[in-house]
Amino acid sequence: MKRIIFQWIAVGLAGFCLLPWYMVDGGFWSFGWITDPASPENAPALLQILLHGRWWLAGALLALLAAALVQLLVKPPVRAARLTAAVAALGLGWTTLQGLVIVRHGPRILKDLLAGTAAEQGQIGFGAGAAVTLLGLLFVLTTAISGMGKGRGDAFVTGMIGLIVSLVGVFVFYPVAHILISAFQTSAGAFEPGLFIPRFFSADIWGIGCLVGQGSCGPAINSLMLAIAAGVGTTALGLAFALIFTRTNFAAKPLLRVLTVIPIITPPFVIGLALILLFGRAGAATALFSDLFGIEKSRWLYSFWGIYIAQLLSFTPIAFLVLIGVVEGVSPSMEEASQTLNANRWQTFRYVSLPLMRPGLAAAFLLGFIESLADFGNPLVLGGNFNVLSTEIYFSIVGAVANPARAATLAIVLLVLTLGAFLAQRRWVGTKSYATVTGKADSGAHVALSRGVKWACYLTALPWAAFTAIVYSMIIFGSFAKLWGYDNSFTLEHYIRAFGMKLKNGALKLTGVAWDSYFTTLEIASIAAPLTALVGLATAYLLVRQNFRGKDAFEFSTMLSFAIPGTVIGVSYVLAFNFPPIELTGTALILIIVFVFRNMPVGVRGGIAAMSQLDKSLDEASITLGANSFTTVRRVIAPLMGPAMVAALTYSFVRAITSVSAVIFLYTAKHNMATTFIVGRVENGDYGLAIAYSAVLIVTMLAVIMATQFLFGRRRLRRENRIEPVAAGRA
Amino acid sequence: MKKRNTLGAALIATLLAANGAMAEELSIVCSNEQDWCDLMTSAFTEKTGIDVSMVRKSTGETLAQVRAEAGNPKIDVWWGGTGDPHLIAAAEGLTQPSGVDTSELLGWAQKLADISGGRTIGIHLGVLGIAYNDDVLKEKGITPPACWKDLADPMYKGEIQVANPNSSGTAYTELATLVQVFGEDEAFKLLREIGKNVNQYTKSGSAPSKAAARGETGISIGFEHDMVKLAKKGFPLKIVSPCEGTGYEVGGVSIISGTKHLDAAKKFVEFALSAEAQSLGPQVGVYNVPSNKNATLPPEAPDPSTIKLIDYDFATYGSTETRERLLKRWDEEVKDAGN
Repeated sequence: MKRIIFQWIAVGLAGFCLLPWYMVDGGFWSFGWITDPASPENAPALLQILLHGRWWLAGALLALLAAALVQLLVKPPVRAARLTAAVAALGLGWTTLQGLVIVRHGPRILKDLLAGTAAEQGQIGFGAGAAVTLLGLLFVLTTAISGMGKGRGDAFVTGMIGLIVSLVGVFVFYPVAHILISAFQTSAGAFEPGLFIPRFFSADIWGIGCLVGQGSCGPAINSLMLAIAAGVGTTALGLAFALIFTRTNFAAKPLLRVLTVIPIITPPFVIGLALILLFGRAGAATALFSDLFGIEKSRWLYSFWGIYIAQLLSFTPIAFLVLIGVVEGVSPSMEEASQTLNANRWQTFRYVSLPLMRPGLAAAFLLGFIESLADFGNPLVLGGNFNVLSTEIYFSIVGAVANPARAATLAIVLLVLTLGAFLAQRRWVGTKSYATVTGKADSGAHVALSRGVKWACYLTALPWAAFTAIVYSMIIFGSFAKLWGYDNSFTLEHYIRAFGMKLKNGALKLTGVAWDSYFTTLEIASIAAPLTALVGLATAYLLVRQNFRGKDAFEFSTMLSFAIPGTVIGVSYVLAFNFPPIELTGTALILIIVFVFRNMPVGVRGGIAAMSQLDKSLDEASITLGANSFTTVRRVIAPLMGPAMVAALTYSFVRAITSVSAVIFLYTAKHNMATTFIVGRVENGDYGLAIAYSAVLIVTMLAVIMATQFLFGRRRLRRENRIEPVAAGRA
Repeated sequence: MKKRNTLGAALIATLLAANGAMAEELSIVCSNEQDWCDLMTSAFTEKTGIDVSMVRKSTGETLAQVRAEAGNPKIDVWWGGTGDPHLIAAAEGLTQPSGVDTSELLGWAQKLADISGGRTIGIHLGVLGIAYNDDVLKEKGITPPACWKDLADPMYKGEIQVANPNSSGTAYTELATLVQVFGEDEAFKLLREIGKNVNQYTKSGSAPSKAAARGETGISIGFEHDMVKLAKKGFPLKIVSPCEGTGYEVGGVSIISGTKHLDAAKKFVEFALSAEAQSLGPQVGVYNVPSNKNATLPPEAPDPSTIKLIDYDFATYGSTETRERLLKRWDEEVKDAGN
């Protein structure tokens, strides 16, 4: 324990004494600060105090030194740990406080007290030195807490909890608080909490006119109906696909696999456009039905149903990704036991397999529900007069009349709905054990589906797959058509404009307009994806395997960033991270961070679902054999988490490429993103180029997904993974 | 424990990357069309040698970002987009007077500068108009409209699409135009009647014309330069300038308050107002009317001399007070009239 604490004290001191405390011009990696390490901009904190009179930075140093002294002098271990934790917490608190109080223009409060000191000149945002010092202090704190006997005395566990809580605090709560606060403010900015209640319960938001047959419903009711329908629909379709994959001998599985994955790798509005070209009033399918059956051409697509179909297309793959791991993980021995007890295949499925999939079903539903609530692209394109929360929030912020109070209130409504769904799914899953991967041997052969279930799966999933295929052939077709829908003559012009290249003097020159954003997007997505998976799965591990106080709140807080619409996150990031103490706007890092924290819930959900299937006896066996938690995670749990890892990696990679709303305020010319580029072209009516770019993105992502699948996707749960031959099935 | 240090190290490395580069170049947000943004960037850099990083964002998004960044702006110049959000930014002190010479500009462009105390200057004019899909109207056997009042005719039921003025500046321009043409009460009466024919109030101002181009709706209301562009692409879209007279938007260019590159920003504003720069537009399909007297007018642009333009009162109808009042009335009287 002592050794670890000293290690982290050393890290903290190194950050304090060696690295530039503030953000440096030109970036840390330019190492320009090395040439002039004593200037007021580049100096480490120690020199800032000695040379530039910034005495308030000393808090962190004192805390680190005090912690070292306590460790050296105080003998009783628990008391030493308690004291160390206290001083480390003080150091963290002080450093944060000074960052918030003294900003660019000098102190925000206590102006009189600080008058005449260097504080009046203000300070800029935290840099490398501050980050390392704070990290050192944080781990001193968590290690000391484990020394007090918390977290079963495991420094790894407390450290991880501390780290994730701080990250979520800084990158989710801190920015979101900036925007939600306006729900309690007057339009002039004065704080008046009394305003919130009438705003929240306004009939504009909760109107139920459409249910009682008078006019339209409020956006909250519309969103809620849509989200429930989408959650149920995507879960059912996802389950059907997952069952076909794991429990049948369906011939064209690889093809199906591609079809189930493509929709998530599609920039959101592309599906909407394809649907309009098929089912809009002037759409191809509409014209066909009108000619064949004399059905009048109408605008039915621009309503609840249009959005619903688009959302099913978009979000079914998420449910599938979550469910396939879970369905696969259900142990054959349970099913065998059921059959030995003379249950038929239907009974086995209904009373054994299905209940064991509950955590997966719940996770899939929750994700579908939340995705639908936060979905922005589809309602925008297909919404018609059907208003939902996410678009209302967007236009409350960027509309002709900006109304931050309404945006914040609607965002809170959205959070309340999410919280409701979260609690409901918790109740439904309950506290039963779903562990089926126990380390004990089993035959490895899954029971085949009963005929009824099998056909039910085929009949739901296959038409849907065919439909997806049609929608996507439309898209591919559109990228080669001169003017999609009007002049369908073949052209390569869009691809050449986007991805043209020339051979010049033997060197390849990229002349297409899309290359720049294409490479930036791939780079940022590939940095964000592994980080997302790491943070997500680490959180899942803590939630499933460890017990600590405030676990429920912790769990919900990790879902928060997912539930808040991208626009709100985007604006709140600008509000929070454009000023000291943390200045990130204009960098690539803010894009990476926003992706990591926005997409981490998928890693968390998938991880929880997969991990609740792994029997605790596996961990216990490992611990009994002398491994610590870290080794157990690395050698036992991680290898069994293959599919969950793939889901998290794939999903976060893809989301980083396809999400629009969160990055709209954050991208810059230097870090232009593919989606914002595409949206710009669509707004310009330049569909050909947009679609061609989307098609290239889809192919790229597909390749990456296949590679990920190939590298990490396989886990060997049992000696064989096969389906019991149908002929051998008992009656 | 060694492993955990590796994890920590990776994390530290990531955090260190936080100190992203802030190179010395002019940062411009462009609310015009992408091709136009790209062309201006390269033309300006070629002429002045100043490096520009230009990014395209819609006016609403830009205004939200400028507001959020107030006090420590990352944007130096905001070029393009309707004048109203530029005027709002000026009124909130988010932009600063550029002091650039406006004597070569047409009257409406100078007027925008006068109203805003020089904080935003007019760069182009876009005329509000009606578009219809020729194929759809022929198929249904209905005659095209020629005036605002025609739109109230029941034969257009379910065929008209227009944006919601609460979310779209285009639609607010339409609302304000009708109020100025007919007087407030008469205008709202007309809007209610037109509302019976409206199939959807879209969120975005350019969406109705795109829908009309594809035949998803028969008639749209929006800016004529957007319609020209769609028609030039090959859609069967016909454009009408209403007989009672119509309003217009004036696009603006503004320098953000607190910019760290004031000189370069001024140079860009001068360039954006020059005849040389404004004559480049038609190359990339920009069909609005340029503000410099000496700029060449694209032949496809709606010719202001043949259109009955009203004397649009930006000062009154751009003010927050009038805007909120009209929008409130629109919500109460017009929004649900069709349903």
